[in-house]
Amino acid sequence: MLNNFPLWPQQASTMAQRVDALYIFLLVVTGLMTLLIFVCLVFFAARFRHRPGVRAEQIEGSTPLEITWSAIPFLIFMVIFAWGAIVYFKERTPPADSTEVYVVAKQWMWKLEHAEGQREINELHVPVGRDVKLIMTSQDVIHSFYIPAFRIKQDVLPGRYTVEWFRATKPGVYHLFCAEYCGTQHSGMVGDIVVQEPAQYEAWMNGGSTGPLSATGEKVFAELGCATCHRTDAQGRGPNLQGVFGKPVQLEDGRTVTADENYLRECILDPGAKRVKGFQPIMPTFQGLVSEEQVNALVAYIKSISKTKPGEGAKASASAATPTTSARVQVNGSQVQ
Amino acid sequence: MSMEIAIPQPVERENYLNKEYGVWSWLLTTDHKRIALLYLISITFFFFIGGFFALLIRLELLTPAGDLVQADTYNKLFSMHGIVMVFFFLVPSIPAVLGNFLVPMMIGAKDLAFPRINLLSWYLYIIGGVMMVHCMLTGGVDTGWTFYAPFSTNFSNTKVVEAGLAVFVAGFSSILTGLNFVVTIHRMRAPGMTWSRLPLFIWAHYATSIIQLLGTPVLAITLTLVVAERALHLGIFDPKLGGDPVLFQHLFWFYSHPAVYIMILPAMGVITEIIACFSRKRIFGYSFVAFSSIAIAVFGFLVWAHHMFVAGTSVYAALVFSLLSYAVAVPSAIKVFNWTATLYKGSIHYDAPMLYAFGFLGLFTIGGLTGLFLAALGIDVHVTDTYFVVAHFHYIMVGGAVMGYLGGMHFWWPKISGRLYPEGWARLAALIVFIGFNLTFFPQFLLGYMGMPRRYYDYSHMPEFQVLNVLSTAGATVLGVGYLLPMVYFLWSMRYGKPASDNPWNAAGLEWMTTSPPPTFNFDEEPVVTWEAYNYEELDAPSHAQEVPVAG
Repeated sequence: MLNNFPLWPQQASTMAQRVDALYIFLLVVTGLMTLLIFVCLVFFAARFRHRPGVRAEQIEGSTPLEITWSAIPFLIFMVIFAWGAIVYFKERTPPADSTEVYVVAKQWMWKLEHAEGQREINELHVPVGRDVKLIMTSQDVIHSFYIPAFRIKQDVLPGRYTVEWFRATKPGVYHLFCAEYCGTQHSGMVGDIVVQEPAQYEAWMNGGSTGPLSATGEKVFAELGCATCHRTDAQGRGPNLQGVFGKPVQLEDGRTVTADENYLRECILDPGAKRVKGFQPIMPTFQGLVSEEQVNALVAYIKSISKTKPGEGAKASASAATPTTSARVQVNGSQVQ
Repeated sequence: MSMEIAIPQPVERENYLNKEYGVWSWLLTTDHKRIALLYLISITFFFFIGGFFALLIRLELLTPAGDLVQADTYNKLFSMHGIVMVFFFLVPSIPAVLGNFLVPMMIGAKDLAFPRINLLSWYLYIIGGVMMVHCMLTGGVDTGWTFYAPFSTNFSNTKVVEAGLAVFVAGFSSILTGLNFVVTIHRMRAPGMTWSRLPLFIWAHYATSIIQLLGTPVLAITLTLVVAERALHLGIFDPKLGGDPVLFQHLFWFYSHPAVYIMILPAMGVITEIIACFSRKRIFGYSFVAFSSIAIAVFGFLVWAHHMFVAGTSVYAALVFSLLSYAVAVPSAIKVFNWTATLYKGSIHYDAPMLYAFGFLGLFTIGGLTGLFLAALGIDVHVTDTYFVVAHFHYIMVGGAVMGYLGGMHFWWPKISGRLYPEGWARLAALIVFIGFNLTFFPQFLLGYMGMPRRYYDYSHMPEFQVLNVLSTAGATVLGVGYLLPMVYFLWSMRYGKPASDNPWNAAGLEWMTTSPPPTFNFDEEPVVTWEAYNYEELDAPSHAQEVPVAG
């Protein structure tokens, strides 16, 4: 019976525990507030009901009371606010060494591609206990990637990447919903998140892969002739892309941006927007020439050539988190000049 | 207090209803009271259209499979339910009907400052309404009431331009109403009617008018951009042309969040009047209640992006908007505490308007407190765009605003129509609405936390949600009956109701010091105010009671 009439969602990620803890706190706090108000209402309504010959006693108001019942709720609200913000910051900050899955949304399906090259539609296999980062974009309208059992949701936008992450804690099959209304079959844009034990997951992963996504990206990189300008020495007409991911990049207009997924994507589709300092605006736009999947593959490839040595990957992410002057000088020295 | 009738007068006095007859005397009237009735008829029409859509939505969700209507039809139903209910019922409801009728009377004026602009505002509403009906009859719109780009600008094949223009035109009627109220409240108060003597209904309408004046133009701009983008492909919202779809959401919610306060503030004003009258007391903390309305109007403009915590905005923007959302919750809490404190040591009567006020207090409290969940960033990520949100805003906009509207309609009906409605039926209707409402929307909180997304036509992928959906649909039918009842007995009372005395509730306020129904220019002589608002102490004093006999 209770299987058909659940009142609480399954709890299958580290985030779910954090969100539920805050939710229960809020239920208790607002429950007490509701009780306080309702008890007063019912008690006053009964105690001070009209009786013949008894007149109401006029009361002006009370400033101390007003201050009390403004300040106490405000302090409670600030606790909720701070707690909510802490949970949210965790939700919006993927751990540095997450496994990456690229997501392309379209009316009305989810196309997913693992960094290892496995492709899936409306289904995502993930192992228990590993941080998984979803790098998402849409081919058409706004969608939203929502897994209730993990308590995570993020809108998926056309024209840029958005990111969400999770760490599953319990094997099982969980709902995947599109949560942003996207047209006729919005309610059909659903799927399953399959959480497996690591061994099972490895077995699944080894069946039917076409090679890692970065290898596909390398092929696209070669086919489109990117390497003619983006050479691996200092002679190229475009910046050397090795080691660029996650580093600060100085732009022609004086700004400095971090070379994250969104920056790489923008450079492919709209190269003039954020041109690297010291280079001519000669790169053509690839808008319309490459599919969303090919952009993802290119981004995965550029990321892969930024992590050639095992030691360097950790250093790159550390310098991306805290862009120091020395890191900037190093990038400028090796990449731009 | 039961409604006792003064001795029926043998010859009916001249009043605003019987002064002139004929269609043109109504269609060309500049009397704020007649315009209020024109609005009453128009918004009631749209309320039942919107309600009919809601009923079809609930029937479709009775079973998990999509089996009653087509997916496209369902999407149009919830879109048009939202558009009709928000722009053609809730926004004009209390201001354009009760506000129009009462603002001049409560401040002792003959009419609004600009009577002809008042009539123009009704015509704009009707033009917008006709455009909307035409849009619905020729295919309708399926973008949701939120018109999110780029779906609305590049992908939907429905009548987006027609619906957008209809809302655009109706928006100007709202701007003109707000303009009229602001000028009227500033310039037309009777001698002695100082700001601190104004009924709190007026303060609430003043705050509402400010939002209407400053917010609605932004809605007009947003809709114009959607229409322009759709027709001319300007590249404002479409990323393929260099636009930004999130920009649309910023513009849309900059109006549409304050619009929630356009709907709820006037209801708060109504509830304040009712609670004072039926507790026979002055309002506890008058100035705190008054200024909390202004605070809500001001802070209400600073919280719009709390609709966008998962939309792709920055983490730091989310932080600021979450903090400000808690700031706007404080003045609402102040109001609830002051209303509750007003009951203390009162002499409380349980007439139908007071039952609606109690209903409002309960439902608004739940609606407001669940807002705290949504403003908490970490929880919002999980529950936004689910039925939790649907439940929350229905508790505010139906449990709050519609309860307030119905309470106000009952309270002032004797003044408006000159007739009494049947008290027993009215109490029954209030009870049915309260029960039906909770049965409809409480299960939706549970559905939302379990993760059921809103705007889903078919939930056969997750049949475990059916039990709660069945409860909700059952509640909706009860709620429907609760809403039909008042319409029936109000209509009935216009012909068969007992004539009302000038002040059947022995209520404070200038509107009760003139006849029921009032004469065209409201007062035979311009009133001079020498007393504070809510002078129930004097009204209930034994000496006064002998002059104006009231049955207890």
